Order: sequence, then structure tokens, then C-alpha cells
Amino acid sequence: MEQILANGLYLGAQYALIALGLTLIFSLMNVLNFAHGQMYVFGGFVTYTVVAQLGLPFIVGLVASALVLAVMGALIEVFLFRPVIRKSKRDESTMLLAAGIAFFLDAVILLLFGEKQRGVPKIVGGVLNWDMRIIMPYDRILIGVLAIALIAGFIALMQYTKAGRAMRALAQDRVAAQLMGVDVDRYSMIGFALGAMLAGLVGGLLVTITGINLGMGGPTSVKAFMMIMIGGAGVISGAIAGGFILGMMESIGLTVLSAYGDITYLAIFASLMVFLAFRPQGLMGKPWG
Amino acid sequence: MLRRTVLKSTALAAAASFGMFGAAFAENPVLKIGFVGVTSGPAAAWGTSNQRSMETRAAWINETGGYDIGGTKYDIEIVSFDDQKDPKRAIAGMEQMAQAGIHYVVGPNVDDGAAAVRPVAEQNGIIYFPYAFPKELYTAPASNAVLGMVANYQSGPAIYKYLMENNGVKKVAFVAANESDPLSQRDSGSAAAKALGLEIVSDTVTYQVDTTDFTPVLLPIIQTAPDLLVLSGVSPANAPQLIRSARELGFTGLISTETAQDAAVLQEGAGELANGFISVGGASTAELASDQMKEFVDRYTKMFGEYNDESNTKVYALEYILATIAANPAGMTDVEAFKATMDTFEAPNPYMKGDAKLKYVGTTSFGQKRQVSVPLVVNTFNNGAFETLFVAQVD
Repeated sequence: MEQILANGLYLGAQYALIALGLTLIFSLMNVLNFAHGQMYVFGGFVTYTVVAQLGLPFIVGLVASALVLAVMGALIEVFLFRPVIRKSKRDESTMLLAAGIAFFLDAVILLLFGEKQRGVPKIVGGVLNWDMRIIMPYDRILIGVLAIALIAGFIALMQYTKAGRAMRALAQDRVAAQLMGVDVDRYSMIGFALGAMLAGLVGGLLVTITGINLGMGGPTSVKAFMMIMIGGAGVISGAIAGGFILGMMESIGLTVLSAYGDITYLAIFASLMVFLAFRPQGLMGKPWG
Repeated sequence: MLRRTVLKSTALAAAASFGMFGAAFAENPVLKIGFVGVTSGPAAAWGTSNQRSMETRAAWINETGGYDIGGTKYDIEIVSFDDQKDPKRAIAGMEQMAQAGIHYVVGPNVDDGAAAVRPVAEQNGIIYFPYAFPKELYTAPASNAVLGMVANYQSGPAIYKYLMENNGVKKVAFVAANESDPLSQRDSGSAAAKALGLEIVSDTVTYQVDTTDFTPVLLPIIQTAPDLLVLSGVSPANAPQLIRSARELGFTGLISTETAQDAAVLQEGAGELANGFISVGGASTAELASDQMKEFVDRYTKMFGEYNDESNTKVYALEYILATIAANPAGMTDVEAFKATMDTFEAPNPYMKGDAKLKYVGTTSFGQKRQVSVPLVVNTFNNGAFETLFVAQVD
């Protein structure tokens, strides 16, 4: 049981960090960023290039991933989403644009980084073995702790900085925020860059554990959408809760249901359908949006 | 006046260059060979290694004057189609090959794609070389598919028997991705292990192909304490993570698979934890590879920046197609002539040292010669490179 909980917490921490970026972008701009998974993959490949190819320290790779993805996110917001949102009132325009960016990034990743699975050496060796009740490699513990620290840092940024307050105001009411003097364009760009940066950071963190390949983008986006559906789209605390709930469900399902075949995600999807029938806005979302 | 002269000279120069290029291209007639397989998404490595092997070999042949078939030198052109591992797209790809008048196609890479294209290939006179294991593709009345590698039901028993005799393996566990190829490989592997008298301690655990953390997947298997953990049909993307998770959970037994792997991917993803991992490869080790194989690796690396060890097996399909057509030039457009030649075809294997032969096999498994004879090379991974564990022949 202890092992199931430990696996669930570790998975939950990484999932929550993935979902945070997606929900931030949704809350600020009402955009479902289907390219979030591809941004995660791009971040992983940047860290791989810096650490495995250039031989620089892991922390440099992580910072490079954060910077590259932040710049990419800002450019995507300014040159792609902003004009589309300005010219089109239909939600599907941004959805199509996001899907197009996802396919584009897939092609770019294949061209730049190739088709192979990539990975970087373990950043910490050794395995914690607590009387065979919890077995957890130290690098996973470190990545889990770093993920939780990043979540805490993100919450602090949103709570206590001017940019965070402006973005929260934007998320609550775009027009009211504009009337109160919030520079909507500027904070939309910062928000998108921050969301993309979070995706890149998780990719960079997990390349040491899971490795990275170009096929990981789509499934990562699907999982991230599931998390924000559980927690409530556009709600920061909801994304965190959604991430930890999905991580825990996956860990329990894979252990308890393993004898019956690969039915964990079948059970999770079935539960999600029933849950959404009763609470379509998710755990912490508001029924009115 | 000056302007008119310049325009005239430019037009003449352009015409001359087009004429020269045309003459250069027209030197040799072109033989088109198709590839329909997966070159995008999570399984992209499988098809990409196929496509790049073919392109490397074709460029090499063209650079050295073409391939001699019946006294005529042919340039080889590879026509590729990414089926995205989707059977519907595989059918579209095979139809595209038929429309282009192509009679020989390498691929598809997976079971459902290979089964889906069968009617299109048979109706349009196309011989295809899948990397898929269902026996009905190669057993009569099917006759247009030629298995491009060693099947797991051929390599698995050989590996298990070797490990029983040399490593005292008694208990075996299987884990597979929840997809048709790995599941069918798990089932046939499990049946083969039972037939050899091994105890199967786990063969029900499966995982999603997009799994990023294999610790919870492997935990119930490791608790059954197998001597050998078989990663059935594992993709190169998942293998390092599965090995790493198993070792981190304290598993000290043997780990094996019957699919081809890439040494660089294993090294990056699992490092020394992958030492001792057993997999299947082609003429992949220094003691087996001929000078031509070494040159192929060198050319591939120069062309694409990095070699893929899966190409040790994938290099063969194009070679078999060309050598068989060369043995009977009527086969270039008549696949029935090609099939008739397959029964008696034999040529030196240019990629292996010694007197190894290219020939079609498969009579034992399929009742007819519908498999290329590539050496069954079983490797162990050690410190970033493969070492030959043993070599065997199919059929």
C-alpha cells in the first residue's frame, strides 16, 4: 500500500505540473492548447541536447528548456493566437490553430531531433528501499520534490507578484481587468509564455526518468486535458488536484487491476464519464465558466 | 541589344543545363521500389530505419553506376509513404504504389497494416516485405507477402532454450504493450516457453504504449520473482524505461526481447542498468559484419547523422528484391516470375563475413518459402554495445 501511495504521489506531482501550464493558458485566453504535449516534448529534447550532446550540467539544460519554451510560447501568442482571437469570435478558430501548431511542432521535432527515443543519464544514483515497503529511486524522489517546489513557486508567483495578480484578474474578467488598467496583450503573452515554460520544464525534468520521443506529445496532452476536466478547467487549484487524483488513480489501478489486463485507463475513463455527468464543471470549476 | 543578347545567352545556358541534367538522369533507366510503413509517432523508429536503410543503399548503388539487371544498369528510386501505423493509411499507401506501377514494396511494420494491405497487393501484382508475424500472411493461399525478419515464434524458443541450458532459467514472466503486435508476440512466446517446460509466473500484465512510469506496471511482476522477464514486442522507445524500472525495483534476473533494439537508445535510457539485456539483431557485431556492412553503416551515418542498429536487419529487404530480380529479370514486372525464382534463389550474403547466403526460407513455419533468410543473431548489451550471444538459422 505504501508503494502505491508513493507511486501515486510521484506521478501526481509531475502530472499536476503538466496540467498547470495548460489550465493557465485556458484561464487567461479561453484557448485549449492542443500543442501543450508537443511543448513538453520540445522541452525534453532541449534538455537532452544541452546535457547529453553538449555535455553541460543538468541545471543548464533545465534553464535552457524553460527559456526556449517561454520564448516559443510568447511568439506563438503574439504572432498566431493574438491575431486569430482578434479577428475571429468563434472558439473553434483557436482550437484549429492549436491543433495545427501541434502537428507543426511534431514535424519540427522529427526534423530537429530525429525519431529515436532519447534520454540523459540519471542525475542521482541509488534506490531508497524502506524494508521492501517502499522502493523508490532517489532521482524520482528528487524530481518529485522539484516538481512540488515548482508548483509552490508558481502559486507564490500568481499570489504575490504584480504579474500574477494581473493574470488572475484577467482570468476572472478580461473586460473588467482591461478597464482597471491591466495591459491585456502584455499579460496574455506573459501567461502563454509561462504556460509553455511549465510544459518545457516538466519535459526537461522527466527526460532524466522517462526519456523523450516525438510520439509522447499527443498522449501527454490527452492526460493534461483529463486532469483539468477532473479539477475544473481554468482553475489553478483544480489542475493540481486533478494531477494528483489522476496519478493516484493510475497507481492504484495498475496495481489492483493488473491481474485483469490493461483496464486501468478503461476504469479511469468510465469513472470520469460518470463524474462529469454529475459535475461537468469538474471539482473546483464554476458552472458558469 | 545587350539586354537581348543576355536574355538569349541565359535561355541557351538554361536549355543546355536542362539538357545536360536530362542526359545525366537519362543515363540509366530507373527501377522504383516502394516503402509503406510508420515514420511518424511513437513507433517512427521502426519505419524510419527501414526507409533510411533503403535510401542509403539506393544512393550507394546509384553513385556506383546502378544495379546490373540482365546486362542493363538501373538507378534505384525509393518511393516512401508514411502509414502512421494506421491500417487505412497503409491501404492508401499500397494503392499509391500500385498507381505508380511499383511491384515491390518494403513494409508495413505492424500486424494490422500488413494484413490490411494484402488484398491491394494481391490484386495489383505487388510483392511486399512486412515486418509482421501473423502466419496467415505467409501461408497459402497467401503468396505475395515475404517476412522481412525472424519472427518471435522462431527466435523466442531458441532464446529460452539457450537460457534454460546455460543460465538455469526455470521461471519466466511476460509483459507486453496493449497492442496487437506485442500481445500476439506475448501469447506465442508464452506458449513456446510452456512447451519447453518453463513455469510461466506472469503473462497477463500489459501497459499502454504511452506509459511514462513503468514502476507500477512492473511491481506485480517483480513480486512473482521470475528468472527471466520477457518484454514481448517491446518498442525501442519503451525498452530502456522497462529495463530501468525493473532493475530499480530490485529485479536481478535476466531480461530479454525478440525485437531489434538500438544500442545508443539503451545506453542513453538505461545506462549500465541495461547490461546483460538480450535482444535480436542482424549482422550487428564486429565479428559478424563484412566490410560491405561496415561501409553501409558508414554511409548511413554520413547521410543521416546517426546510425540505427535496427538497420542491421532492415538493410536486407531491398538487397533481396534486387538480387532476386537480377537472378530472373522477368521478375521486374512479373511477380509470378519473381515467386518462381524465390524457390531456388541463392546469392552470397554481402553483409556477413564467411559463406553466408541470401536465400528464401520459411517452409517449416509457413509451408512455402516466404521469409528472407537473415541470421538469427542473439545479442547481449554490455556497456553501450551489443555482443553476440549466439547465432542460429531459421528453417
